[in-house]
Amino acid sequence: MLNKTLRRGLLAASVALGVFAGTAQAAEPIKIGAFLSVTGPAAFLGDPELKTLQHYIKKINDQGGVLGRPLELVHYDDAGDAAKARTFVKRLLESDKVDLIVGGTTTGTTMAAVPLVEQAETPFISLAGAVVIVDPVKKWVFKTPHTDKMAAEKIFEDMKKRGITKIGLISGTGGFGASGREQSLAVAPKWGIEIVADETYGPKDTDMTAQLTKIKNTPGVQAVLNFDFGQGPAIVTKNYRQLGINLPFYQSHGVASKSFIELAGEAAEGVRLPAAALLVAEQLPDNDPQKPVVVEYSKEYSETFKQEVSTFGGHAYDGLMLAVDAIKRAGSTDKAKVRDALENTRGYIGTGGVVNMSPTDHMGLDLSAFRMLEIKGGNWSLLP
Amino acid sequence: MFAEFLQFLFSGITIGATYALVALGFTLIYNASHVINFAQGEFIMIGGMSTVFLLKAGLPLPVAIPLAVAGTVLVGLALEKFAVEPARNAQVVTIIIITIGASILLRGLAQVIWDKQIHALPPFSGDSPIAVGGATILPQSLWVLGVSGLIVAALAWFFNRTLLGKAILATAYNPGAAQLVGVNTRFVLLLSFGLSAGLGAIAGILIAPITTTNYEIGIMLGLKGFVAAVLGGLGSGVGAVVGGLLLGVAEAMTAGYLSSEYKDAMPFVLILLVLFFLPNGLFGARGTERV
Repeated sequence: MLNKTLRRGLLAASVALGVFAGTAQAAEPIKIGAFLSVTGPAAFLGDPELKTLQHYIKKINDQGGVLGRPLELVHYDDAGDAAKARTFVKRLLESDKVDLIVGGTTTGTTMAAVPLVEQAETPFISLAGAVVIVDPVKKWVFKTPHTDKMAAEKIFEDMKKRGITKIGLISGTGGFGASGREQSLAVAPKWGIEIVADETYGPKDTDMTAQLTKIKNTPGVQAVLNFDFGQGPAIVTKNYRQLGINLPFYQSHGVASKSFIELAGEAAEGVRLPAAALLVAEQLPDNDPQKPVVVEYSKEYSETFKQEVSTFGGHAYDGLMLAVDAIKRAGSTDKAKVRDALENTRGYIGTGGVVNMSPTDHMGLDLSAFRMLEIKGGNWSLLP
Repeated sequence: MFAEFLQFLFSGITIGATYALVALGFTLIYNASHVINFAQGEFIMIGGMSTVFLLKAGLPLPVAIPLAVAGTVLVGLALEKFAVEPARNAQVVTIIIITIGASILLRGLAQVIWDKQIHALPPFSGDSPIAVGGATILPQSLWVLGVSGLIVAALAWFFNRTLLGKAILATAYNPGAAQLVGVNTRFVLLLSFGLSAGLGAIAGILIAPITTTNYEIGIMLGLKGFVAAVLGGLGSGVGAVVGGLLLGVAEAMTAGYLSSEYKDAMPFVLILLVLFFLPNGLFGARGTERV
């Protein structure tokens, strides 16, 4: 009983505060909430994301802010824990009263936030990969990174071009590999690809020659696809060369970082994979619409932080810029208007690709967001 | 058909040899104290990671390896001196729990001192696979196998032919009696931790070109090595090697002939079967004889 009255009182107070805030808007900062996995197992994703947000918010403020108001970043570190993420999102919505949220480093933390933002009717741009975030479409939820389904389709598209119809699949049993395997199996028929061998390995396994021998001896295999990230793909690649398999070898976007080439060494030569344009910023043809954006971001990031640019920081960049763009077009921070503006984003060029949102697509990327790369001479090389 | 079998066998032996090296480290400390040192996996990690970073600092491999082994031995000695020895009158279970704590601490320190990235060492004698009967094996696997064999032989000689080795066995068998005949049991325990850390470091360096290394590689290898040690009979050097190889080959054959989905269940099936029929493991001590 007491609880109820208390809650009502709080509600009334917050409404009153809201009214005051509304009237005294002129110099009021625009509050952007963020919950990221800056520490913990997903730290290599969350760390560049936070750096990117902080750097660009400062930059935007130095240039006069948005709608004449400065941006204010309110951020929490959820350490990759979905339960913590939920608590922090609640705090962002209820006590910090942010205007919108950019964040959610992993699919787990993002999905923990979804019911809360839907209820609070606050726009939310997620930085996590899985398809489930935007499929089915949720009214207030958007996301910037491409999905594993798109990566699988991009790979199959390249295979089709080369006349490959029967492939062997080897994937890790960790979250990323398992989801990639599922999506690959689901979209393969659409591209006329038949998966004739389907092998898996544990995320900490140290030798995959047994699985690869099985694939090698499966009749009709024309190419092999390895869907995973971390050390697994590097070992698979080494084993692949050890066994002397001469078929075309594909990896997923999970290995799109320099450390893969370092770990796999010479064995990585000739491996093909889909990756964001950011990785090959300098190699893009001059007429590529993404070139100015990715070259600028990658230069700015590596010069500011003395670190190699990562696609994950790029996702945060896209999230922030989409938000700023939507607020500008909405002409206010009214949540419903900003949401509508986000949904109407057309032709926004980001590090992840060209974004065209719609009521049925809250990611807005198509297969052109991915580029096919081949590893040549220890470096990425863009395939035409 | 035969080539396929041979490939699975090579694959199994390669993984098995790494398990065997880890199992040997468990055996050494168990022999001296009946303690199962769960920080054994961390010795492997420290050996591999410190070699990686010494190489990065510009040292050549032949210099980096002895330095890394020496450094790991120091860590092992410190672990015994500052964590295990103060609790030497406690029960074995207490000391085992202390080693678990130490392993978490060492992993944490490795993250802070080094990093959380995955690293690889260059193979010692090239990357070109050696073809045998239609199957292939990497030169590095031969290194692992060869060094494992040497270490087993050296340990057998040490425990059976030297006074110090016999003193270790005596301490394990009956610390009180050993002390009465003049064995410095505290020194023996210190020595066994140092030796076992050195062994772990060598294992970690040998396998790093094959498995890659990172701050948490010790968890999985430590666990599998422990299973191998139990399988072979805790305390037996030959048992540790046979247990490791058996485990590796069983995993590879399961992945090859059955399905890779069942591969990780294999160690547990094996250990259940062996412990059910031979509670002391395959080569477990049934008398005073230990190798």
